[in-house]
Amino acid sequence: MLRLTDVGYRYAGYARQVLHDIDLTLADGEIVGLVGANEAGKSTLCLVASGLAPGSIGGALSGRLEIDGEDMAGKPLHEFATRVGIAFQNPATQLSGITGSVFEEVALGPMNLGLPARETVDRVKAALAALGIESLAEREPRRLSGGQGQLVVIASLLAMRPRHLVLDEPTAQLDPEGTRLVGEALRQLAKAGTAMLLVEHKTDLLDALTSRVAVVADGTLVADGPSPDILEDPRLDAWGVEPPSRIRLGRAIAAAGMDPARVPA
Amino acid sequence: MTTLRLEGVGFVYPDGTRALENVDLAIAPGEAVAIIGQNGSGKSTLVRQLDGLLRPTEGRVLHDERDIADVRVAALAATVGIVFQNPDRQIFAGKVRREVEFGPRMLGRQGAELSAAVDAALAAVDLADAADANPYDLGYTRRKLLTLASVLAMGTPVVVLDEPTTGQDARGVRRVEQVIADIAAAGRTVIAISHDMRFVAETFARVVVMGGGRILLDGTPGDVFTEANWPTLESTFVEPPYAARVGARLGLGATPTEASVVAALASSAAAHDADQR
Repeated sequence: MLRLTDVGYRYAGYARQVLHDIDLTLADGEIVGLVGANEAGKSTLCLVASGLAPGSIGGALSGRLEIDGEDMAGKPLHEFATRVGIAFQNPATQLSGITGSVFEEVALGPMNLGLPARETVDRVKAALAALGIESLAEREPRRLSGGQGQLVVIASLLAMRPRHLVLDEPTAQLDPEGTRLVGEALRQLAKAGTAMLLVEHKTDLLDALTSRVAVVADGTLVADGPSPDILEDPRLDAWGVEPPSRIRLGRAIAAAGMDPARVPA
Repeated sequence: MTTLRLEGVGFVYPDGTRALENVDLAIAPGEAVAIIGQNGSGKSTLVRQLDGLLRPTEGRVLHDERDIADVRVAALAATVGIVFQNPDRQIFAGKVRREVEFGPRMLGRQGAELSAAVDAALAAVDLADAADANPYDLGYTRRKLLTLASVLAMGTPVVVLDEPTTGQDARGVRRVEQVIADIAAAGRTVIAISHDMRFVAETFARVVVMGGGRILLDGTPGDVFTEANWPTLESTFVEPPYAARVGARLGLGATPTEASVVAALASSAAAHDADQR
């Protein structure tokens, strides 16, 4: 379980408070969607939840961050790294740049956890297979396309089997098949008990995958509740979030004076 | 304005990977064309043939019926502007305004003409208030809009956008849609690669579907997303837009957009009422 209580944050060298009054709990096995307009604070919240802010990039954090009940204040970054995985928005900034093949790249995390070689190899193979990218194993990480890079980053996280996972638009550059495979892999991970925060503009994916959705606007949480309720909330547009396709179409039909119940699920 | 034509274009990367095979494609000035297909289907390789960043290993690329094989990339940049998928491979200036100025400056614009082009481009992507910011103080999605502005400011006859809506919120998507409509309305050509099928169906008059380095389908959104093409789309991992799937389920015919579903439902309701009378 990962819990933020009354969390605020501002970046080093800036006066502006980017996050304030954030209360958010990720229970074990739960996938929580996080939506909001550009620059609302979603990516910053990911950095805070994973300990990278302030652990790696400095800045001022207030409030309390707990992982499995333990207050993480002042803990060194490596304590976070073994407990919370994070996928950045831009895979190019995440690939290590020190490995010569995708296989080695995905193996890097488990090896750094000190796992035996046999176990590492098994995990790498399983992660590549889960995302359908076995054929990339020998490719050079720097020469991957955007979508391929994104899948490799997610495979690296799967191989670490983190108890908590923070994903900042993990499917942004993926085709529908890649998106489907990532969704399926996350579902399996949740089933095994991992708590997840999933930032997504694709509300169709959140509609299918999450039980809860939280909305961030101007650095604070303005809504947090069961996915169907939040995704149908009429304020979603004002928060800069596109409702899922089924809800948009239902509204367009209703606006034309017809019965939206005619739209199949 | 420039007519683009690819004739029997093939492309094999130096490592032996074949990315394009026998591609024939003609795009007229003022067209808005979406290119879709699975990751690795050849979309990005295809658009890089248009400005000479990659040169075909087979076939020819023509601008206004002239083969561009001997034209330098720097000269082609005045005709085709490409906005890449990853903004951080494109941004290099310390200020937003300088970044946007670079392209038009290289094309010889200066003074009032230069500032007007830059102001218009920044306004088009909602970045006017960030003109003096450092690009890396902007979030990822605004940096993406910045690279779009940089290409818009060049006023090239052809604009190519690689995944323009990635990471954009609802407002950002609408910005991008407006920019595309404006480019096409001005008689310029806009070509976009996208995985966002709703955006594709709602914004583009023509859709080209790629798979395995070939063009599989080429037509209007209504034609391309019609149910008979679903197996072909599935072969390149394209899922038709939700509106098209609903239309097929309800037997409404080809309804690639929300508006077309509503219109088809309304006319079938009207027909039903007429039968009752």
